[in-house]
Amino acid sequence: MTTQTLTYLFVGLTFGIYIAIAIWSRAASTKDFYVAGGGVHPIANGMATAADWMSAASFISMAGIIAFLGYDGSVYLMGWTGGYVLLALLLAPYLRKFGQFTVPDFIGERYYSRVARVVAVTCLIFVSFTYVAGQMRGVGIVFSRFLEVDINLGVLIGMAVVFIYAVLGGMKGITYTQVAQYCVLIFAYLVPAIFISFLVTGVPVPQLGLGSETVDGSGMAVLEKLDFTLQELGFGPYTSGSKSTIDVFAITLALMVGTAGLPHVIVRFFTVPKVSDARVSAGYALVFIALLYTTAPAVGAFARLNFVETIHETRYQDAPGWFRNWEDIGLIGWLDKNRDGAIQYGPGAPFEGRPAFNTGQGDSGERLVSSAPTKVRNEVYVDRDIMVLANPEIANLPGWVIALVAAGGLAAALSTAAGLLLVISTSISHDLLKKTFLPGISEKQELLYARLSAATAICVAGYLGINPPGFVAQVVAFAFGLAAASLFPAIFMGIFSRRMNTLGAVAGMCAGLSFTSIYIVYFKFIRPDLNNAEHWLLGISPEGIGVLGMVINFAVALSLCRLQAPPPFEIQELIDDIRVPAGARVAHEH
Amino acid sequence: MEREVYQHKGDNLPRPGEHSQEVLSEATVHRYWRANLRLVIGLLLLWFVVSFGFGILLVEPLNRIPFFGFKLGFWWAQQGAIYVFVAIIFIYVILASRIDRKFGVDDREPPPE
Repeated sequence: MTTQTLTYLFVGLTFGIYIAIAIWSRAASTKDFYVAGGGVHPIANGMATAADWMSAASFISMAGIIAFLGYDGSVYLMGWTGGYVLLALLLAPYLRKFGQFTVPDFIGERYYSRVARVVAVTCLIFVSFTYVAGQMRGVGIVFSRFLEVDINLGVLIGMAVVFIYAVLGGMKGITYTQVAQYCVLIFAYLVPAIFISFLVTGVPVPQLGLGSETVDGSGMAVLEKLDFTLQELGFGPYTSGSKSTIDVFAITLALMVGTAGLPHVIVRFFTVPKVSDARVSAGYALVFIALLYTTAPAVGAFARLNFVETIHETRYQDAPGWFRNWEDIGLIGWLDKNRDGAIQYGPGAPFEGRPAFNTGQGDSGERLVSSAPTKVRNEVYVDRDIMVLANPEIANLPGWVIALVAAGGLAAALSTAAGLLLVISTSISHDLLKKTFLPGISEKQELLYARLSAATAICVAGYLGINPPGFVAQVVAFAFGLAAASLFPAIFMGIFSRRMNTLGAVAGMCAGLSFTSIYIVYFKFIRPDLNNAEHWLLGISPEGIGVLGMVINFAVALSLCRLQAPPPFEIQELIDDIRVPAGARVAHEH
Repeated sequence: MEREVYQHKGDNLPRPGEHSQEVLSEATVHRYWRANLRLVIGLLLLWFVVSFGFGILLVEPLNRIPFFGFKLGFWWAQQGAIYVFVAIIFIYVILASRIDRKFGVDDREPPPE
């Protein structure tokens, strides 16, 4: 069978499984729709959380980013796993004890205020839509490269599948589909990684292979060889970074705190039966996530090494098939600057911006690049997003592994998209309608509104996937920065401070949110020419600025809460109640 | 700002076990919370040391030490910190449930008589 037939088979099969699970686990009540009835086993919830969390960015982009950043890529590895420690120790158990349906629910009730609830809904919708647009682009890339379907048709198919199981099944459908999607995506990630680790080092465990000697007889360890090869081409060494220490520190912390404040991750912990289950479930989630995250640095290093060895000083006519396949869809571009017919790879951008192509072919048969060439020797443009997808082809792995990777990429993108769409629809039907504007509606009507808003959210996400705004990749920093600067401090103080009241929380959220958005918008859109360490505040890039936003949120909240009375008696009772795991009442002596 | 009357039903929770039917005193909750905070602060210190300490602030000096084919600082940043994160959560799970039992507030169903 050809690779393409296999890919159709794998993708078709996995889609069939997702839809079958959705039909089997239809939601009957709002509780089913919002929190899967609250009866999900901690291990199943751990898997679902892992699939929910690991998006197209983790599966497709992360190893590629690490491959090109080397040590600096560590910010994503530590940032996107360390957040689970904060989640497990500071938020998940208490929010589970609170026992309602959404993140704005907690903020609205704890701060006894509709304004607080609506501010929380605003943060949530902004964070989640930013994220979901990126997922739909991931779906488009996989479809267009592996199934040779038009990108738009690919997005439509993806929308249709998510539509079926998110609208029909709600959280219940999503949870069990995500469990299946986790299995597909982790298998699809590990199989090629194990193959490649074995080919390069003879050690089948990628985590150990990364520290082993290569089998090419040079007697050098993988990382040693990578440092050597890259330095010979004029790059900095792979194992040292080029970002400043304060920036690495700030970005890592912003990603950690942002992770802990992401609503679609937090709500997963509302679905387990008990407080102790929420704690252990966060542990399982991190185990399942760490399986991919400790493999990714190995995949990145092997991919970079293989890429340099296969491409550098190779004649274009002899270049492997994958090079041309990715060139065909514009994610690789080659410009023969010195007209020797061979590909030279090195540091610096080969031409201004992304490659633009003329019709017709160059002397060696390559696509003609019309972008203005730069002065550096480098002749190759590579989109970082292709490294994981191209890796099996670069390493010459069998067709079924390539097909598996395609199915895994789709599983990662769809599972995250579904989780995000659900928190968006829930916050609209539950927080905006039932709890704020239409308190009189029945449960049946609320469920109908939940399904309608899920459907609308899917259409908006699909539209963003088909017409991606040019800034999608740039605003990903937004999602984490905003979650870190707005939602996390509000939830954290809601649990750990008895004194925090409406005024402090609302002012803190607004201050953190506006500071962070203004900083990012200024450097990303208004003055991108100033976006460098010289002009940054304290040397912190827009990716890491959520940390300062968070500090501002805490500072504003803690000082302004003094101007208003402490929370009333029933809120003090609520705080006592969420702090102890068992459902006992607390006697207050007065 | 309009105030909502707080009605916390906790309708999403299972029936509490027999032992937790009794009403807890404010002092017990207070002492339980202190013990819990001590545990959380200790573990967060560890969390900070392995990631921000070994992986970021001390990465240069640690990189001079070879570690199974890695430079030690690089290993902490791309592998070691993640393993310790997993360990921290499971240590928390075990120690927190021990504290829960000590103060009689754990949420496991009592064993059938």
